[in-house]
Amino acid sequence: MWKWLHPYANPEVSYHFAGKILPWLSALAALLLSIGLIWALAFAPADYQQGDSFRIFYIHVPAASLSMGIYFGMAIAAFTSLVWQFKLADASAAAMAPVGATFTAIALITGAAWGKPMWGTWWIWDARLTSELILLFLYLGVIALQNAFEDKNLAGKAAGILTLVGVINLPIIKYSVEWWNTLHQGSTISKLGRPSMSVDMLWPFVFCFLGFILLVSVIICIRFRSEILTRNSIRPWVRTLVSQHLTQEKANEV
Amino acid sequence: MRFDSFSAFIDMGGYGFYVWLSYGVAAALLLILLLTSITGHKQVIKNIAQRKQREDKLRQVRKQRQKQTKQLKTKLSEEVTE
Repeated sequence: MWKWLHPYANPEVSYHFAGKILPWLSALAALLLSIGLIWALAFAPADYQQGDSFRIFYIHVPAASLSMGIYFGMAIAAFTSLVWQFKLADASAAAMAPVGATFTAIALITGAAWGKPMWGTWWIWDARLTSELILLFLYLGVIALQNAFEDKNLAGKAAGILTLVGVINLPIIKYSVEWWNTLHQGSTISKLGRPSMSVDMLWPFVFCFLGFILLVSVIICIRFRSEILTRNSIRPWVRTLVSQHLTQEKANEV
Repeated sequence: MRFDSFSAFIDMGGYGFYVWLSYGVAAALLLILLLTSITGHKQVIKNIAQRKQREDKLRQVRKQRQKQTKQLKTKLSEEVTE
């Protein structure tokens, strides 16, 4: 049943597959993000309590949930790599880490810019904000470990162990608003069946969220391809690919 | 459109600074990430190509040297037999 997946364990097949879907993903990401962001900025209604500062929500929430989602993906990749010694999983974890770190930083900065007008402070050391900051440090630690060793397998192993240890932080972030008293408001979206959000606000959010997911996949695809090349640089298929690329570039110059 | 004028759009009901700060920082960070990923991919290809060229050159030099030593040896042996 899952046999169709097997060829993708081959780095060459994965490299070309990622290259093939890249233009489609990019086009779709650009489309959804432009619709979502314009809708969020200019057409969505203002919140009755928070006014127009509510528009920060449309990037803050997708960024925050993606920062956790990417970490979860990275943890799955690290686990597969550690248990089954699957090399491509290391490459994908290395591709994900910088993207996740960027989204964590965006979540923290937009959160601060939203907190200042609403709470009266940029930062407070409460559970939600502190655990999200720890997530950023986890990402930075993973990136540092991935680059600390010349041997990519060893680097992947070390970074993978840190990634798996850091998974404990994810439920802490998720439930911090319920477990502890905090300034941070509770979840707006995930109340299934009883949406606490008006539909005029929900639709632009859906577009923004899907757009950001697609943008994440685009960037991860690009970085995944680079990681595959660096890890397989002595393989013949990489050598022929590189020389083809160079001759093409030379032809373009002439 | 929820805003009457462009200036109202920029002002964001008094929250302009915070809203545009958020959107600006997010756009800047994502753009930087995207661009560095693309240039990084090109750099990886360039690095591998450079290494390949260096190795090819080394291989050629080695071959030439082998040829030269062979010629020298044959010459020497010829001289000795003379």
